Amino acid sequence: MELGFLLISMVKIAAILAYLYGVLWILGHQNRGIKIGGLIVAFGVIQALLLDFGGFQVLTDFDSGLLFQACTMTMVALGLNLIYGFNGQFSLAQWGFYGIGAYTAADITYRWGLGDARGLLIAGLGVILGGLMILAVRRLVRRYKGMPVLSQFTLYLIGSVMAGAVAVFIGNALNPGLAPLFGVSDAPGILASPVVMQIVFFLAVLIAGAFAAEVSFLFGLPVLTLGSDYFGIATLGFSIVIQTLMVNTDTLLPFPEMKGGRGMIGIPKLTTWFWAFLFLIAVIIIMRNLIYSSTGRAIMSVREDETAAKAMGIDVAFYKLFAFVVGSLFAGIGGGVYAHYIGFLSPGTFDFLVGFNPLIIVVFGGLGSMTGTIAASFGWIFFLEGLLRVLLGQMGTEAPTWRYVLYPIALLLLMLLRPQGLLGNVEWGFLKRPAIKLRDAAPTASVSK
Amino acid sequence: MQQTSSSVNPSLAGRAIPAWGRHRGRPGARLAWIGQGFLLLLAAAVAYVLVTNFIKDPLLFAQFVLSGLQLGFVYAMIALGYTMVYGIVRLINFAHGDVFMVGAFVSFYAVTRFQLHVWPAAVFPGLSSGLVVVIGSLTVVLLSMVVCTALAITIERVAYKPLRDAPRIAALITAIGVSFFLEFFGALYFVFSPRFIPYQRPFEVVTWYIKNGIHPMQAGQAPPEGSLTFSNIFLIIVAASVLVQILLQFLVRRTKMGKAMRATSFDKPTARLMGINVDGIISFTFAVGAAFAGLGGVLYAIAYSSIWTQLGILPGLKAFVAAVLGGIGSIPGAFVGALIMGQAEALTMGYISTPMRDAVAFTILIVVLLVRPTGIFGEAAGEKA
Repeated sequence: MELGFLLISMVKIAAILAYLYGVLWILGHQNRGIKIGGLIVAFGVIQALLLDFGGFQVLTDFDSGLLFQACTMTMVALGLNLIYGFNGQFSLAQWGFYGIGAYTAADITYRWGLGDARGLLIAGLGVILGGLMILAVRRLVRRYKGMPVLSQFTLYLIGSVMAGAVAVFIGNALNPGLAPLFGVSDAPGILASPVVMQIVFFLAVLIAGAFAAEVSFLFGLPVLTLGSDYFGIATLGFSIVIQTLMVNTDTLLPFPEMKGGRGMIGIPKLTTWFWAFLFLIAVIIIMRNLIYSSTGRAIMSVREDETAAKAMGIDVAFYKLFAFVVGSLFAGIGGGVYAHYIGFLSPGTFDFLVGFNPLIIVVFGGLGSMTGTIAASFGWIFFLEGLLRVLLGQMGTEAPTWRYVLYPIALLLLMLLRPQGLLGNVEWGFLKRPAIKLRDAAPTASVSK
Repeated sequence: MQQTSSSVNPSLAGRAIPAWGRHRGRPGARLAWIGQGFLLLLAAAVAYVLVTNFIKDPLLFAQFVLSGLQLGFVYAMIALGYTMVYGIVRLINFAHGDVFMVGAFVSFYAVTRFQLHVWPAAVFPGLSSGLVVVIGSLTVVLLSMVVCTALAITIERVAYKPLRDAPRIAALITAIGVSFFLEFFGALYFVFSPRFIPYQRPFEVVTWYIKNGIHPMQAGQAPPEGSLTFSNIFLIIVAASVLVQILLQFLVRRTKMGKAMRATSFDKPTARLMGINVDGIISFTFAVGAAFAGLGGVLYAIAYSSIWTQLGILPGLKAFVAAVLGGIGSIPGAFVGALIMGQAEALTMGYISTPMRDAVAFTILIVVLLVRPTGIFGEAAGEKA
């Protein structure tokens, strides 16, 4: 039985990697029609495998769970790869932002399910006002060149507190007006319908990402000036603090529905393969287009040599912050998707020890390799969570501990034998560096800027 | 650290420039008061909380300060290892906190399983009981220190040495890997087991209270109203920590080994050319740091009387923060930083909220690095790539 299980698992891992290769190849196709058609087919294939044909399912619940976990892990790890692999900032805060995203999105849909629109209203307004505030303060800060970081941070902090207060005020004022639209349990109103719930879920995930990004902006602004090692420790501290806050959501923070250390239950399970696929592909496309733009080159130049980048006129502080914020945005989106797949959030999931997983994935896949990160995330989840958990589970009760004994050994061997990661710089299909198109009309082949 | 100014003006290179002084002469520099005002406000809030609470109940305040001192002196012993290792190889030795944990566990096994703390009574039956306790406890501590030293040298040789020329971040990831390995290998049932283990002390903890003189407290007796309590383990921790500081100062400043250590930390290739065995010195540094961590581990376990395999993570991180706070690479700095960290943690637990005790450590780290990037006692040291 074990041999058969092993074989099937290996086949599954190989199939999922082949599938990823196919998706990336389709995405890289020149023809837009084929691209979109191919994506729909790629979506449909897995969707068909997930369907239940009278008791026969190719992908069981266990497999689909792994699939969703792998999708969220890919988003988180891609964000971390942008921060660490492409921009060279050793961050351990990714898991904290993942947790922020998960709790934010879960709170919005949970409250919505109870007929309370305040979650969506306050969080949505807060994120929008916060974003506007950041843009406004940024204009001010740019006018006074050379403003010390602490002063900038103070201005942003005052601004975000004000934005938050306004959002809470308006949200609380608007909420009673929406209450009748929810209806009662016998006669549900228009806002309680499943379609609206799906839209709210979509918005909640976006808001979660934006909220994580804004928090990372506020946190990153002062902390990114610290330098690599200190930045690493400060971000580790951030993860620890976030987890402490999660344990005390009902005592220190005013969120009794999150139930502190006991864990938040009753989150509607809204993540379907459609949403997971949509967000995953969106993150991959944004990431790839970002990396191969001039912004992406600026981000990578900061990693290579800060002094040289500065000499070339690149605003090093800005690009560090930019990469950090976008990476956290991906983590927040991943968290939102994860929360609605699992339906239960507990602070233990966001422990900073578990937070080393995305880092290990990025290192295994190869720093600065998007393909490597994607493949390593899927491989990681399917191999370790799927295969190894089942296999080690048959060995005894200590299986989870043994997994954590084996990771560091693998990590040490990797660092000694192949420090550039398993895939190194290999990129597949869509993620390959695009050939520079020369303008046909221009006689002097002026390479686009 | 911030490279803006140092790369522009060579005369300023490496000098500690506070965050508000980096852009003199540009329009934004005039707005530095916003950040300073924010910090002052923060400081005023902290001072307000402390002063009002001190006036309300000075004895309780003093009690918190005492428990903060106990924590601080333990952190000081761990912080030494961090600061020495970082000073020499520029590596945050994440595994240091776990070496501390191993020290606690070794003493636990020595006492509970092998009764090592009573060996003098078994060998020399006529010995007075006081002497038995002293010699037995010292043996346990020494054993822990030796095991920790051996462990640290092994880690250094196996994991860090092959990566000496690799990018620093590779070594940091390796350090995290080693730390994980120690924690989870220790959590296996045939090693230490993942449970919280009640720690059997090699000697009795005696508590005294101060009220019109010093009186010993009976077991189970509550301290009388309006008194201050302290225990013998507190005194031992303070004494051991101060002793370690003096020893280390002597080692670094007055011996040939210390001179070689300072040379290695200053410039490795040149030190090697001068005939210094750089690898040996690095191993020696790890060994000394680990020995002190082992001592700290035993005392920590005796003071707080419960151990488990992830015991070392948070004290380790806080000790690192203490080392940064004092100025990394500086031994008196680590000591002062650790005392500040201990106070901050104890007073936060007492007056703000217990769960935020970990948050305050990292807040202090960020504020200190922004205001004074090299720490309190830090010397000019640019970040070597």
